[in-house]
Amino acid sequence: MTDPAPLWAVLALPAVLAGAAWAVASFDAVLGAGARAAWPGREALRLLVQQPRRTRAADVPLTRLGSTLLPVAAVLAAVVLPLGFRSVSDLPEGIVWFNAMEALAWAAVWLTGWGPNSTLSLIGGYRFLAQGLAYELPHMLAITTAALGAESLRVGDVVDAQAGLWFAVWMPAAFGIYLLSALAMSFWGPFDQPAGRDVAGGAAAELSGVDRIVFLSGRWLLFVVAAAFSVPLFLGGGHGPLLPGWAWTLLKTAVVLAFLVWARRRIPTVRMERYVELAWVVLTPLAVAQALVVAVVVLNR
Amino acid sequence: MNDVAFGLLAALAVVSGVMVFRFDSMARATFSLLTSLLCVGGEMLLLGLDYLGIVTVLMMTIEMAIMAVFMVMFMMNPAGLMPMTMTHNKKGAAVICGIAFVLLAAGVLLAPWPARQGKPPADPTMDLGMSLMGPQMLTMMVLGMALFATIVATVVLATRRGRYDRFGDDLRAPQASDPVRGGVGR
Repeated sequence: MTDPAPLWAVLALPAVLAGAAWAVASFDAVLGAGARAAWPGREALRLLVQQPRRTRAADVPLTRLGSTLLPVAAVLAAVVLPLGFRSVSDLPEGIVWFNAMEALAWAAVWLTGWGPNSTLSLIGGYRFLAQGLAYELPHMLAITTAALGAESLRVGDVVDAQAGLWFAVWMPAAFGIYLLSALAMSFWGPFDQPAGRDVAGGAAAELSGVDRIVFLSGRWLLFVVAAAFSVPLFLGGGHGPLLPGWAWTLLKTAVVLAFLVWARRRIPTVRMERYVELAWVVLTPLAVAQALVVAVVVLNR
Repeated sequence: MNDVAFGLLAALAVVSGVMVFRFDSMARATFSLLTSLLCVGGEMLLLGLDYLGIVTVLMMTIEMAIMAVFMVMFMMNPAGLMPMTMTHNKKGAAVICGIAFVLLAAGVLLAPWPARQGKPPADPTMDLGMSLMGPQMLTMMVLGMALFATIVATVVLATRRGRYDRFGDDLRAPQASDPVRGGVGR
């Protein structure tokens, strides 16, 4: 069982997440060619002093709503994320909550792409919707498989069920699919076409100034939260020898994030029609088969 | 506290529901409807139906997003960029709405509601799952298949290219000729 967190954790959570996202962005910049660790800060300062741009007949409220909803959804999803054995709120249906907040982020990207009344950003937004369908299904099935293994939708119970064997060990397919689709749901790394260079920044193409900072940092937040959620789901959460729970959570999260950032630098952008077909034809049936195996194991337990 | 939150969410749900028909933009109407449905999800959370509330939030968000995709496929104003109206046949619709409202309100006020028997279950989600997946399993499975068949049928009807375009008139082409190659080597 997870212990209840103190009230100040509600205020601390966004700050901790922002710090983590900042650190990951800096690490990513260090790996990139010719960039320094200070790049995220300099970019943010540059955007703050930038002249804001407006497009003709833009739907400003919807654009603002979309770009603000992205970080808000990421922070709300992190409410059920345990540090060690404590999360801000260990809802009985935490796993469904996490997924629902990810879906909100999905809608947010479409809003941001649609709002500015601009072709390229509209293409970016619609890309994410069409691809998101292919990402969301295996993603949902992978998350469900972990819940099935623990026979509970509570994140704390999923962590407890991994006191012995990590879910990543006996549900490797679900773990792999989760990592892939976590990258895809935060449209980051090899899956960055919704905000890709070929459409001049896609959904983010027309954003400038503070809107752009909010949207892009929201994407980093979402990426960090989605990657960090793989630790309680598949990597045993805070379980581990010697070190306390929070240290294990931090360590495992850092390893997952470092791996994903490193992989991003090794893998080029995946062509979307290829991955989408792979997701529908291979990953979705694979995720169903994995869920079936877990269900049989659980029934025979 | 709970009552205030319930009232606020209810008011917001009704207002954003009305705004669906006031906005002249597809995107605003869609997300106004989503706001309304999210408020309904919040109401369920307040009533202690945690699972149903969160699932409503999840399903409705995805549903509205998918609606935007279908909008591209089926609407005459695909991107939703042009002004449009959500109301058609205004006089007829007003009469129908009025009658429906009067009937429902009369039903609410006049029906002999039964008094509550027993207590609410400790875990409403479990009870709901048992009642849906226990005696009603067959209904749910049939319903699921029917919905799925409808989706597949609409997509099949909407595609311009059929199997004859892909595999030739005698369906004997060794490889499908698709405008875009897929990711599993076909």
